[in-house]
Amino acid sequence: MKKDRKHLSVSAIKDGTVIDHIPAEKLFNVISILGLDSIPNQITFGTNLESKKLGRKAIIKIADKFFKETEINKIALIAPTAKLNIIRDYEVVDKRQVEVPDEIIGIARCMNPKCITNNDSVVTRFRVIAKPRISLKCHYCEKITDQENLEIL
Amino acid sequence: MIRNKSLVSINDYNKEDYLAILDLAEQFESRPVRNTLQGKVVATLFFEPSTRTRLSFESAVNRLGGRIIGFSEAGTSSVTKGESLKDTIKTVSNYCDLIVMRHPIEGSARYASEVSGVPVINAGDGANQHPTQTLLDLYSIRKTQKTLDNLAIMMVGDLKYGRTVHSLLQAMSSFNTTFHFVSPDELKMPGEYKMHLENRGLKYYEHKDFTDILPEVDIVYMTRVQKERFSDPMDYEKVKNVYVLRNNMLEQTKPNMKILHPLPRVNEITEDVDDNMKAYYFTQALNGVYTRQAIICSILGLDQK
Repeated sequence: MKKDRKHLSVSAIKDGTVIDHIPAEKLFNVISILGLDSIPNQITFGTNLESKKLGRKAIIKIADKFFKETEINKIALIAPTAKLNIIRDYEVVDKRQVEVPDEIIGIARCMNPKCITNNDSVVTRFRVIAKPRISLKCHYCEKITDQENLEIL
Repeated sequence: MIRNKSLVSINDYNKEDYLAILDLAEQFESRPVRNTLQGKVVATLFFEPSTRTRLSFESAVNRLGGRIIGFSEAGTSSVTKGESLKDTIKTVSNYCDLIVMRHPIEGSARYASEVSGVPVINAGDGANQHPTQTLLDLYSIRKTQKTLDNLAIMMVGDLKYGRTVHSLLQAMSSFNTTFHFVSPDELKMPGEYKMHLENRGLKYYEHKDFTDILPEVDIVYMTRVQKERFSDPMDYEKVKNVYVLRNNMLEQTKPNMKILHPLPRVNEITEDVDDNMKAYYFTQALNGVYTRQAIICSILGLDQK
């Protein structure tokens, strides 16, 4: 525990959530999907940090914010490697990994150009039919969008 | 269970629902003219023309004493003024008890069912779904074979883009069916449907031409091989006569075998087949009226008087 605290000491938060191991290039997608650009909490983030696993990673620390699982799992599509540290009184009290949810709403684009979601102002919605290599079935046109064709809105 | 629920995809119904619709369709076949829909208004919204499907629905409604409103192509509707699908559906659902919709955009029917105040029947959304076609196919198969269980079906032609074969495959996979797929390489059954059969432990076989299995099957389901599906016109020229069913090919086939086709036919079944007892495609179209009567009445929850 002590080691964790030292690791976080640069801008340690008293209570809140640290999202670590985000692929550096996905940082701003994560911020946008979680709506972090429009909440009043104190937030610090670092990017292009060295990581053995990812090459370059990003980290976000959000004070006084605790995510519901359904909320945080929205980032699983773009940052499946992300890890959560839940902080209470400067201590890491829980560690979690993001999990791809069974349903994805409004994050990904349907790969079918003839789908209503690409032709009208309809929010996309998918059932996740395979993971960890993601395969999404469109709720509207019923076509499958696979990992290679996955595009984040 | 079906009552008040839109029918958008064949996957909205389960095996029990299929059988309930087919049983009811049988009753309509024995007495197709009734007053069940008296006082009811059905809107047929055809954003792209499909005369055959529209007339079949309108015939079904008329024979039950219902009234029809609607349009047969987007050009004669407010769509030309730039109205969104959502606004059209929300408005029209004030005027009717049920919407029957045909639209070129895939997923449009699901979306319409979510914004509509009344149930929606999908009469075709692009290359995606056309569930009433599938139910009338099931009706035709059960009627001619006396069962839906343990049959062998041969699907011929465009198996890649043909929505009717995809939906029929999904529906028949509840009945221990054996599938034979006959198509050119360019138009083979997509992997996701083959995987669906594998997951259910069902057998399927792929062939490049009609081969000697024709005498083994109970149903031959023909579809049109369209020239515009080929990137190279030469590839089309090579295969265009391979997927044609001729009368002299039917000699060794089973006595119960029937030939189905969603129509329109072009040249994939020669006209000399039409007089063969095994040709069933025109009766299949007639069955569409009874099946649609059954679907409409089930969704509206109307008792069969």
